[in-house]
Amino acid sequence: MWSFSEIANMIHTWLNDTFSPTLVTIIEMVIMGVLVISLFAVLGLILVIMERKVSAWMQIRLGPNRVGPKGIFQSAADTLKLLMKEAMTPNGADKFLFNFAPYLAIIVAMLLMAPIVFAKDFTMWDLNIGVLYVSAVSSLSVISILMAGWASNNKYSLLGAMRSGAQIVSYELSAGLAILTVVVLTGTLNLNEIILSQQNGWWIFKGHIPIIISFLIFIIAVTAETNRAPFDLAEAESELTAGFHTEYSGMKFALFFLAEYVNVFIVCAIGATLFLGGWMPFHIGNWEGFNHIMDYIPSSLWFFGKTFFLIFLIMWFRWTFPRLRIDQLLNLEWKYLLPISMVNLLIVTAMAILGWHF
Amino acid sequence: MIETVGSTADGDLIINIGPQHPATHGVLHLVVTLHGETIKKVEPHLGYIHRSIEKMCESLTYRQYIYVTSRMDYLSSHINNHACSLIVEKGLQIEVPPRAQVIRVLMDELTRIASHELWWGAMAMDLGAFTPFFHAFREREVINDIMEETCGARLTMNYLLPGGVLDDIHPNFQRKVKDFIKLFKSKIDEYDEMVTGNIIFQSRMKDVGYISAADAISFGCSGPTLRGSGVSCDVRKIYPYEIYDKLDFEEVLESGGDSFARYMVRIREMKQSIRIIEQLIDNIPEGEFQAKTKAVLKLPKGEFYQRVETARGEFGIYIVSEGGTTPYRIKFRSPGFSNLSALDHMARGGKIGDLVAMMGTLDLVIPDIDR
Repeated sequence: MWSFSEIANMIHTWLNDTFSPTLVTIIEMVIMGVLVISLFAVLGLILVIMERKVSAWMQIRLGPNRVGPKGIFQSAADTLKLLMKEAMTPNGADKFLFNFAPYLAIIVAMLLMAPIVFAKDFTMWDLNIGVLYVSAVSSLSVISILMAGWASNNKYSLLGAMRSGAQIVSYELSAGLAILTVVVLTGTLNLNEIILSQQNGWWIFKGHIPIIISFLIFIIAVTAETNRAPFDLAEAESELTAGFHTEYSGMKFALFFLAEYVNVFIVCAIGATLFLGGWMPFHIGNWEGFNHIMDYIPSSLWFFGKTFFLIFLIMWFRWTFPRLRIDQLLNLEWKYLLPISMVNLLIVTAMAILGWHF
Repeated sequence: MIETVGSTADGDLIINIGPQHPATHGVLHLVVTLHGETIKKVEPHLGYIHRSIEKMCESLTYRQYIYVTSRMDYLSSHINNHACSLIVEKGLQIEVPPRAQVIRVLMDELTRIASHELWWGAMAMDLGAFTPFFHAFREREVINDIMEETCGARLTMNYLLPGGVLDDIHPNFQRKVKDFIKLFKSKIDEYDEMVTGNIIFQSRMKDVGYISAADAISFGCSGPTLRGSGVSCDVRKIYPYEIYDKLDFEEVLESGGDSFARYMVRIREMKQSIRIIEQLIDNIPEGEFQAKTKAVLKLPKGEFYQRVETARGEFGIYIVSEGGTTPYRIKFRSPGFSNLSALDHMARGGKIGDLVAMMGTLDLVIPDIDR
């Protein structure tokens, strides 16, 4: 059966046979870059149309249904429109920072793509400190938002950026601690090895209640980290019109928009990798027949299926919950989530030492 | 002149919410002084949509001026018209036929439900939840269709005239209203599930925007805003007009005084309106729908006042007549204006997110404030 890893290996072997090693590295880097950019664009388009369809479904509407069959090309048409629009820079804005901020947001999102394991043995950069890398790079995204808010020279933007700064910095703690619980159980920071450790069952099943708690905390924390409702205080259109990107228009706005969706994809991919076994198929104990059928489903489908399930969950939050207030948001993190995840980490550590997990 | 740009001497930010802003639902302009996220002062700026309706009414006859008032509180346009008709009928001692009275009250209550539905959706949207808006509009649309069939218009119905209603109800009216009652009863629990019971919603509403009964009275609040502070002020109960004194319904009172109390008053009021409609829909008396009136209406010399309960509170009309065909002086007491004046008192010390929630629970309709 064809799989991504086989194709990748084939290309690699063919390149090595044909060109010199230096050239191979350069060509592979170019291919990688093109792949990341195209994946980025495709993901953005798919997630935007998915969000619009999911919201329409929850709001008893049809959603986009004019461009292409069932409106699937709507987001492509929107992107085209945004590309054509003038990207204005306000007079009072700090020109360099204002124009640089959206690109920083995009760069951070692209960097985060590197260690993600998309299918069996298919990853751009098999990094031995993958988890650390992800949590380190993802915290950079706050800089782009603060930069945008400050450089816009607009009070709404500034308020939005300050909110977002407080929010992302605080929620990173619980997200990090939730990720650590899995790291403690597996004893590795390599995302590939974390997936391999779930061969006989995903961590959400193997890890008993503590891992389920840390999974819930992780989902809440990453929803806040990606500025999605009910934690979308940085944008909060009914309070701050559009928050940190009030002054942005055209493609510069679209880049923020795109970065948000790709960030959602990435955090969901990390969640699926850590808790739901990444590309590992679903197995039930000794049901040989069932397990065999599950193995036939390609690993990439497993990975994307799980990721999109989590994305749907996050979209579901957005279209059902009202927004929190800034002090309630910080209360939730510092008074509830952080203490709970700390105690949870202790319990998981004890579990790992005593070998209480499956 | 109020400073609208920059910051104060203490380094507090001054931000302008409006005249174009998603949360004001119109052209209201609030100059908010912020200390970080905390509100120090809220100053409403009015006049962006002032059309001098009072002055316009002074040059219109007693038949014509009714329809201008639809453009004030456009969500309770029928109830505004009702007040205008009542004052003319009172002045000229016109007997309104019982059929017309029942139709008027039915329309009043349907308007009230439609208005509260829109408020519910818009308020949830202010708090960041989009979905309730569409769910509220699903039911509101049915009411609008009923109105369209009978009155010919969906929002500014212009269905009244002194002495009755313009036309008889549509043959489908009773059946459709009964269908609506059935639909509404099956959906109202959904509202509670989706919004009222939500923990985020409750934490956003409870103990926010508190106003005591004494303060609310001194600001001249009325309607659900005042009843949320536990003061009985329903004009339908205290100064009954039409057939409200013969109807069996409760005045909804909540003692909280916070945003949540005001929210609950409106939710429970919708149920009371349904109760009124249920009592009347099968008992529309036969007979005329219009009283015979003179071709030219002239109010006798003197002063007249009439109040009604709109969806937002007490709506009053004061007319000074010199005996001519047009009013000499006319003054509207609109509920939105007085309710808005309490906003500063409520919002001080709160967060900017709270301000939006409070504005939601005051149910502001801007053309009602700027007449």
